[in-house]
Amino acid sequence: MIQTVSRKRFTGMAALAASTALMLGTPALADKASNTLNVAFAAEPEPLDTYKIAGRQGLILARHIYDGLLYKNLDTGEIVPALAESWEFTGPLTMEFTLRQGVKFHNGADFTAADVVETLNTVITPEYGTRYSISVDWIDNVEMLGDYKVRINMSKPFAGAVEMLADALPIYPHEFFAENGSAGIAATPIGTGPYKLVSQEPGIRYEMERFEDYYAGSPKGGATIDKITVRTIPEMNTQYAELMSGSLDWIWRIPPDQASRLEGRVQIISAPIMRIGYVGFAPEAMAGDTPIADKKVRQALIHATNRGAIVEAFAGGASEVLNTPCNPAQFGCAQDVAAYEYDPEKAKALLAEAGYEDGFEMEMVFAAMPRPTAEAVAADLANVGVTLELNEQQYSSGIGKWRAKELPAFFSNWGSYGIGDTAFILSNFFGGGADDLVQDAELAEWLTEADTASDREVRAENYAKAVKKVADEAYWMPMYNFNVNYGLSNDLNFTPHPDEFARWWAASWK
Amino acid sequence: MLSFISKRLAVALLVCLTVSALSFGLMFLSGDPAIAIAGSGGRAEDAEAVRIAYGFDRPLIVQYLDWIGSALTGNLGQSIYFNVPVTEIIGNRVGVTLTLGFVSFIVALVIAVPLGVAAALRPNGWIDRLALVIAVSGQAIPSFWLGLMAIVVFGVWYGMVPISGADTWRGYILPVIVLSYYAIPELMRITRSGMIDVLATEYVRAAKAKGLPMHLVISRHALRNAVLPLVSLAAVQLGQLLSGSIVIESVFALNGLGRLAWESLLRSDLPVMQAIILILSLLYVVLTTLADILNAVLDPRLRGAS
Repeated sequence: MIQTVSRKRFTGMAALAASTALMLGTPALADKASNTLNVAFAAEPEPLDTYKIAGRQGLILARHIYDGLLYKNLDTGEIVPALAESWEFTGPLTMEFTLRQGVKFHNGADFTAADVVETLNTVITPEYGTRYSISVDWIDNVEMLGDYKVRINMSKPFAGAVEMLADALPIYPHEFFAENGSAGIAATPIGTGPYKLVSQEPGIRYEMERFEDYYAGSPKGGATIDKITVRTIPEMNTQYAELMSGSLDWIWRIPPDQASRLEGRVQIISAPIMRIGYVGFAPEAMAGDTPIADKKVRQALIHATNRGAIVEAFAGGASEVLNTPCNPAQFGCAQDVAAYEYDPEKAKALLAEAGYEDGFEMEMVFAAMPRPTAEAVAADLANVGVTLELNEQQYSSGIGKWRAKELPAFFSNWGSYGIGDTAFILSNFFGGGADDLVQDAELAEWLTEADTASDREVRAENYAKAVKKVADEAYWMPMYNFNVNYGLSNDLNFTPHPDEFARWWAASWK
Repeated sequence: MLSFISKRLAVALLVCLTVSALSFGLMFLSGDPAIAIAGSGGRAEDAEAVRIAYGFDRPLIVQYLDWIGSALTGNLGQSIYFNVPVTEIIGNRVGVTLTLGFVSFIVALVIAVPLGVAAALRPNGWIDRLALVIAVSGQAIPSFWLGLMAIVVFGVWYGMVPISGADTWRGYILPVIVLSYYAIPELMRITRSGMIDVLATEYVRAAKAKGLPMHLVISRHALRNAVLPLVSLAAVQLGQLLSGSIVIESVFALNGLGRLAWESLLRSDLPVMQAIILILSLLYVVLTTLADILNAVLDPRLRGAS
């Protein structure tokens, strides 16, 4: 009797399981056949108002939807016309732009000077809350000179102005933007870009379609892929599974060890990026209380660290050891500077000269860096008698402590907003601001000169002086330039760029 | 009964308040929210602007009272990351979590209770052994591993189900299996031990002796008594399934509350974090209170006591 009951239940369950299995079909694959590019990010894109986005995911989507006045050709380093046909500096603090005619927004509206004036004059107001003040605080106001002519009046000299106008400051349709503001443009993104957004579940899923009326002659023109579907898949392993099964065509930021495993099954491309890793020392902040105030000690620490081995083991791909506090790909990042080769004996000698033959103890906070890299640094320093007290923190608390002058050493990284100009890294850390714990007046002076001069030669010369001094004084231990591993389906052509802005409009099928 | 319920509710409210106050304080310990929001490229000036814009420069207690004040009127604030009302974001995501949690819960119950009963009828029989294997493996295998294996086998090799996302009901199949597998062992074991105890009692022997068929003995006499601890446990389990599906939601790219909580924590989206903690603690309190009431309905002795 007892057995009958349980057996019946059991057969029932088995039948249920079998029928469930029969109901499952096979999912259809998209990609090349339907000319749809299937993309996944691990992190959720932010709302699609470029001026409020910090993360790369949202910015990449935004650059497909919106256009800027200018565009930077990264292959040649040239700034080329986009929404503006031509431009010139008419004074030290004024720039004039002649706009392109016949450009349409995705909603059918014509692009005119009114759009430029409305957009830029809105986003520079403090109430608007543009995410990075550095991107717009150099604009005082924008004047309309005609239907297709505008003037930007600058509030201060800023060498990065042209770089910023190159696709980082998009133009919105003025009527829609004036009426609906930031939240409106994020909910219903309307731009002039090569792709238009047809649907979005914010943070989760985005569908874009090629914009048929895209203006001829755009540096972002020539797109061949009809549709782009972007999804958020937080688990990388799930992304690999989808990429291998064909339901994804494009993923990125694959850790080096995983990339080598995927190689051969899908396309793996490693590309260098602007972001660099560094250990910052804070001699001024610690004012004599710490061995770090001694230049010989700082030099010893760099000699003691086997950066070559660290790069090879933990970064791999296109990463290389750096000698400069900037990315060699950046304008102004002179490379003829003091290099500190790996030499533990020399390090010991320098420490002895400085009076630390028995070594010392020091705290180092690391943030947004892989733990093994920090542990490798600590192990190398232990060999010369320096004991690092390692402390991993969120970037926000780490940089907070740095700014509060509580740390002798901080190990992290800096992306320069993806911009190929030394201004966006050196001036932040050595220009006298809150992140500058060196407070070297001479450095600050050179950097101010370099940041504000309009003559490229003058800029290059001053950056070179600053880069050299940082290396001579060993204020930083530059680690390596980061690289990004992309995973692509086997039939996709895609070229990565060092600014980490994926250009899907230039992607195609093999 | 009414005073019992109102007392329980007052305690529940106090629990929610304490949880929200604690979590509010804890989140500020994890780092300066202004710097976190300004992002990894944000300069000190950007962080200061954020600090003033979001009122982080005010004393913590003022910020908390301000938040709790508007929460009581149903206003949970604006998400810092998405710049839309928190209620809207949570509304968009809660459906996925509720579907996943409730379906997994029902699947777990439907499998665990019969299996537990069957195991108890013949301790050390083959069903009992099988149940033990399921229980041990269910507790030992980490759910993220099981989820990924299920994806590889059923999604990649056989292509039977979508690998990730919940665009159709088929996207829920694997997550439900994995999540319910995690909940089954405890439910099954408590059913089993409860049944073994009850089957050894006098009244069950009496029921058998008077010639009742076995299935009536089980359903009318044994199970009804064995189910009492199960109800309490099930309430806690349901709470865990609803609040603890972060891992499953991440592996299967389901956009539910669990993932939202985790991501919000990473990007210092305090209003969203606070709201989710409040909702989840409310949920737990409601579930345990409901379980108490349900037990009182099932068991006349408890009714008297209350």
